[in-house]
Amino acid sequence: MENIAEYIKEGRSEAWRAELRKSMKAKERTSLERVKMPEQDPHVRNKNSIEVNLGISEELAVAEAHRCLDCPEPTCTIGCPVGINIPKFIKKIETKDFLGAAAVIKETNALPAVCGRVCPQEKQCELNCFYTQKLKKPAIAIGNLERFAADYERNSGKMSIPEIAEPNGIKVAVVGSGPAGLAAAGDLAKFGYDVTVFEALHEIGGVLKYGIPEFRLPNDIVDVEIDNMRKMGVKFRTDFIVGKTASFEDLRKQGFQAFFVGSGAGLPRFMNIPGENYNGIFSSNEYLTRVNLMKAADSEYDTPVLFGKNVAVIGGGNTAMDSVRTAKRLGAERAMIVYRRSLEEMPARIEEVHHAQEEDIEFLNLHNPVEYFADENGRVNKMRVQKMKLGEPDASGRRRPIPIEGSEFDIDVDLVVVAVGVSPNPIVPSSLKDLKMTSWGTIVVDKDSMQSSIPDIFAGGDIVRGGATVILAMGDGRKAAAGIHKYLQEKVKAN
Amino acid sequence: MNKIVEMEFFSENVAKIVLEAPDIAKSRKAGHFVIIRIDEKGERIPLTIADGDPEKGTITLVVQRVGVTSAKLLAKKVGDEILDVVGPLGHATHIEKVGTVLCAGGGVGIAPLMPIVKALKEAGNRIITVLAGRTKELIILEDEMREFSDEVVIMTDDGSYGKKGLVTAGMEEVIKSEKVDMAVVIGPAIMMKFGSLTTQKYNIPTVVSLNTIMVDGTGMCGACRVSVGGKTKFVCVDGPEFDASLVNWEEMMMRMGAYKTQEHEAYERYLKTVETVS
Repeated sequence: MENIAEYIKEGRSEAWRAELRKSMKAKERTSLERVKMPEQDPHVRNKNSIEVNLGISEELAVAEAHRCLDCPEPTCTIGCPVGINIPKFIKKIETKDFLGAAAVIKETNALPAVCGRVCPQEKQCELNCFYTQKLKKPAIAIGNLERFAADYERNSGKMSIPEIAEPNGIKVAVVGSGPAGLAAAGDLAKFGYDVTVFEALHEIGGVLKYGIPEFRLPNDIVDVEIDNMRKMGVKFRTDFIVGKTASFEDLRKQGFQAFFVGSGAGLPRFMNIPGENYNGIFSSNEYLTRVNLMKAADSEYDTPVLFGKNVAVIGGGNTAMDSVRTAKRLGAERAMIVYRRSLEEMPARIEEVHHAQEEDIEFLNLHNPVEYFADENGRVNKMRVQKMKLGEPDASGRRRPIPIEGSEFDIDVDLVVVAVGVSPNPIVPSSLKDLKMTSWGTIVVDKDSMQSSIPDIFAGGDIVRGGATVILAMGDGRKAAAGIHKYLQEKVKAN
Repeated sequence: MNKIVEMEFFSENVAKIVLEAPDIAKSRKAGHFVIIRIDEKGERIPLTIADGDPEKGTITLVVQRVGVTSAKLLAKKVGDEILDVVGPLGHATHIEKVGTVLCAGGGVGIAPLMPIVKALKEAGNRIITVLAGRTKELIILEDEMREFSDEVVIMTDDGSYGKKGLVTAGMEEVIKSEKVDMAVVIGPAIMMKFGSLTTQKYNIPTVVSLNTIMVDGTGMCGACRVSVGGKTKFVCVDGPEFDASLVNWEEMMMRMGAYKTQEHEAYERYLKTVETVS
């Protein structure tokens, strides 16, 4: 799939598509309303860990697919980091060939059920949809349709395995089993490589498992996608830290000819304010890992977690939303977001903010913690916050928050989750002396091939970006797989 | 899966466990630790590697019964398997020839001290080891320590073995009798605190190995954070060894007690289930 634009165009000229386009007038299509995703009742769901979005029915999916105009220049596809043939899969849904739709998505996306749930479609495909851009109407619900196709296929028990090239016997190692690593592994397997994914934790999936909660992305769904990759021949090795358990050099000696490093941004940032190390103050990584990966809230499991009545989550990203909504579900009476800018600047997905609001999450926007206090056992019991106002836009383009002097006041809290961002995890890159890094600790790569300063090592995802989304990481993984393929094919030719 | 190939109880509550971990056995050095998870419902806990045999592909851990996970570990038998063992984690001990090194180990802290003593000895240092425990049965690995130490001083709180007194008394006696260039102190937090206060009086550079609460052990969660020299450090990736004079011991001990109530309740529940089974 060298040229995405051509791949997408080719499909459009097929006879069935042309016929389908003629079967309904454009006016009729554009007059249809966007279907709504059924959701669990907010006051029921904020006490359970079942998925918030329930998924759309076949009827709704077909109805939504009717809205898609199958544009000659499908701008939606420009917005997709993994290059999904969006109009083709939607038109498959319109003809009720749901399995066919899933197969189209899987041509370029290793984790459709995941992306259909957690991608910020409103900033990608749906933002670039003809409806959004030209008609000023709600976009085609591309994300909901993607999820529908993936769920339909999974529930049908007829999971298709993408076409795989003749095995070439060349060993490639993928370091990290998060979205970047899985996407790279999927494509490398399709090219015929003998792929082993090495994971430091005891579970495969990276942030999809330890980070994103059940109510947004059930672990079972991630596991099904991983099983599918096993069927494609991808091998997984847990409890293995490349650079520690064995060095890159050890693995080269074992025959690995190229590496993809997708080791993620697993280093939590703190604010370095007084009292931040009191008990009951967690990084979002720790809080979510305990609850999601270690199942700490389930008394059957040995890992403990602290519960809070008054919980403050610091930050305004998706991880902050995940943390605060988790705290609410674990029994918090008051669960609040403390964010230093206003709702408008919040980096979290709009859908997640809405869901949080519906679930009685409080938003203390334009507030910033400055100090924590604790009881005699060292458990946090109070936080001092300062009010903020917005100034001129900063380098990120968002208006800079400015503290208002003398505006401090105290809030009772017994649990605080700090979700102010993460840094690249140094554990893998620090084992490679010659690897070129940026001053932020990210790996320097060629932006097309994702090749690092060490020729057989490629990298992508948060270890290159510093902190981004699942789908951007997956896009990097795919690019790197193509880069590795080119590198190895040239190497084979040279020998 | 990592099979247990050998188990030896030093006392009712302390045992040596040798288990298969071929990759770790090859790559480990003195000072490294592993994270283990016993079974599907288990928690992840850090344990310092006491020894390793790259040829046999095994590593040695020394475990003291303190809660549910350690109790479950001690209930294992040779041939049983540990679900997850990952490592080696943390920085290895910085080993160089400095002259005379005072190595003080308290209780199960003697186990992680052993590979350090061995490596320091092999680097050409004179080693004086102080082994301390509440009572005789808590003095472990004495023969191995004697093999790699030039002198061994044994201290017990109750005087049941060696000299009667705290570890600090033994350390001070050594410091007064000859010039000590460096100290390594490993044991319970309170022992490391007072041990390092003792060496600080004499301006002896001192290294401690911290055993904080961890989850992933790879820098991801920050559960293990401690203040060192006024800065927050992660024991798992910045340590586990630090300059003893810079560690904020009060904060560290407070953080180690974060789950005291839950740990106690869980242990009570565990004891009940064991009773009903047997």
